[in-house]
Amino acid sequence: MNVLVFLVPIALALGGLGLAAFLWALKNGQFDDLDGAAWRAISDDDLPEDERQ
Amino acid sequence: MTEAQDLSHFVRRPADGVAAMDLVVDGVTCGACIATIEKGLRRQAGVRGARVNLASRRVTVEWSEGALDAPVILERLEALGYPAYPFAAETVDSVEIQTERRLLRCLGVAAFGAMNVMLLSISLWAGADNDPNSATRDLFHWLSALVALPTAAYAGQPFFASAAKALRARSVNMDVPIALGVVLALGMSMLQTLAHERVAYFDSALMLMMFLLAGRYLDQRMRRRTRDFAVNLSAIRADRAIKLFDGGEARETPIAAIRPGDLVLVRAGERIAVDGAVEDGRSETDQSLVTGETAPVTVSPGAPVYAGTVNLTGALRVRVRSAASGTFLDEVNGLLAGAVEQRSSYVRLADRAARLYVPFVHAAALATFVGWLAHGAGWQQALLIAITVLIITCPCALGLAVPAVQAVAAGALFRRGVILHSGEALERLAEVGAVVFDKTGTLTEPRPTLANAADIAPDDLRLAGAVALSSKHPLAKAIVEAAGAKEPIAAEESPAEGVSAVWRGERLKLGSAAWCGAEVEAASVAAAWPDASLIVLRTPERAAVFAVHQGLRSDARAVVAEIAKRHEVEILSGDREPAVALVARELGVSRYEAGLKPADKIARLTALETAGRRPLMVGDGLNDAPALAAAHVSISPISAAHVAQAQADALFLGERLMPVADALRIAAKARRLMVENLWLSAVYNLIAVPLAVLGLVTPLIAALAMSGSSILVTLNALRARDSRGKGR
Repeated sequence: MNVLVFLVPIALALGGLGLAAFLWALKNGQFDDLDGAAWRAISDDDLPEDERQ
Repeated sequence: MTEAQDLSHFVRRPADGVAAMDLVVDGVTCGACIATIEKGLRRQAGVRGARVNLASRRVTVEWSEGALDAPVILERLEALGYPAYPFAAETVDSVEIQTERRLLRCLGVAAFGAMNVMLLSISLWAGADNDPNSATRDLFHWLSALVALPTAAYAGQPFFASAAKALRARSVNMDVPIALGVVLALGMSMLQTLAHERVAYFDSALMLMMFLLAGRYLDQRMRRRTRDFAVNLSAIRADRAIKLFDGGEARETPIAAIRPGDLVLVRAGERIAVDGAVEDGRSETDQSLVTGETAPVTVSPGAPVYAGTVNLTGALRVRVRSAASGTFLDEVNGLLAGAVEQRSSYVRLADRAARLYVPFVHAAALATFVGWLAHGAGWQQALLIAITVLIITCPCALGLAVPAVQAVAAGALFRRGVILHSGEALERLAEVGAVVFDKTGTLTEPRPTLANAADIAPDDLRLAGAVALSSKHPLAKAIVEAAGAKEPIAAEESPAEGVSAVWRGERLKLGSAAWCGAEVEAASVAAAWPDASLIVLRTPERAAVFAVHQGLRSDARAVVAEIAKRHEVEILSGDREPAVALVARELGVSRYEAGLKPADKIARLTALETAGRRPLMVGDGLNDAPALAAAHVSISPISAAHVAQAQADALFLGERLMPVADALRIAAKARRLMVENLWLSAVYNLIAVPLAVLGLVTPLIAALAMSGSSILVTLNALRARDSRGKGR
């Protein structure tokens, strides 16, 4: 069962990482405009002019 | 608008040298709008950044201070095709936003904790706990405790705080058994861990908190969305006035910056934004929003004017008495205060359930403890089983049952153009027995239309339309619309009388019957259209009489008929008897009363309430505001007076009346689902509690039962989406 010495801390750390990412996103206003984000993803503003269809 | 605008009231300074303004933007619907607005604004010299929020229909613009004037941004947006309205944004530290963010943070933390503890628990259930002296099991219990205790201490705060508040006030709410259950479950699990025992409930405690926080968050988010919408609405409708400064300068100023004693200019055709007295000028005003009376009222120097009325014919200079639009007549305010107080005693469904539920849970747990002691079990075992009962009865499903239905139903209503002011409105709407309509602006369209177009010669209509183009009178606008007139004939407006013009050498007059000398012709038209206001087109040879009225909303008849299937329908109006009778006849409504004052409307509503038929009031006028507040529940059209909107439980958008019928139907369905969900929770308890009392529940069963019942009520809540009538 020695493998637990590694696995348990890794599991907790990964979970903690997820939590930290969530809190960061929340603080950063990532959840403020859920409708707009859906549209921004398909906007092709970041392409150079000649690649736009 | 030629007046310079004073927007300094709305400009923020987020950093040195940076100015920012928040705007509500009309007509933002998709991704293309986002790109147009953001790129269009960034192209403007001096603008540092622009960010559209599609969910709330708002734009935040930042620019270098001094590089440009705030009104330039409004003009720029207007040129892009998006009229924008500044508003004073809530700061990030406002209570509502703080609460919502805190709940979401708690939910995130609880979900993290629950997942990790569940990971450990499932490993144990999978077999690691079979060994009576397993060191691994102890290790996992300690690890669970390490995660669960800080998580509960953080994420449980909303419950602990609320429970403490209730206990201090010597009452119980749903949070008392929740807090008690969580604390006892964790405490007992700690003791079990210390004693190297097999059973621990760390996972149940956290999962419970996670589900409940999800319910809380849904509830809070709905509250904030409706509030956001209300703020947008007031920004769009707001109210600016042309303030006259001492030097004779005129500047358009937001109403928030206008003080009593200021002098404002109100041009013909504009809505008056302040309460005050006329300083000079003569005009007619449309006070239908205030009194329900459709006939225009003449005002002259010294006469009082009220916010919400429309200045029809001449420019007025008004000395401001009060600029906040809520402060109308003392009588109205007095009635409002009484009515609002009476209503706050309403007890919501979830709270009623909690009142039944809390004593039951605690009694069951106590009885279990005593019963097992009497049966000869040790106090430790008895306590363990009693706490299991507390955990298993904890209202996971109950906490989700109502908010989930509310969130789904509010979404369904929103898509149909109904905005709820509170979740409570949904429950009240479901209890309605009688529906009471105001006439003017509610059953009828908010804007007047030409009634007798069929009786008028096309040439006369075209001519009248061309003349009417140069008038700002709303009745004239109705004629312009009916005629489809585009090219004006130059005309001169005589306040309170009409317009006159010279066309092909002939003198034309368009105005009141008396002014045009056409009383005889007018009398016969008035008989045919008793609810209409008359306008006469006078040429040297003949006179054409136009009857302009506020026609019924296009679907009024169908909607009233549909509502009448399940509810009593009544019309209470402040307008004249013949006009009301006509509308009632057309809609097939037999109960109506005309010429009512606000107090009369309240009396009638109270009578209905006493008779056991809870009234829904649908109205828009200032005169309806007390009645809206006094009714069991109320709905206003979006075109309603501010005071009326503030009192209504819900608003509906658009020209059609259908949202009212939709609201009643969806509310009834939502209520049914809420009750169903509460019953589902009750049935779950009926099965789970006896098992818990007998000591047969293991942590695995608790976890399955809890998540199972929560998922069941959530799925049931989704049925409130109401697919009927989609795509209309």
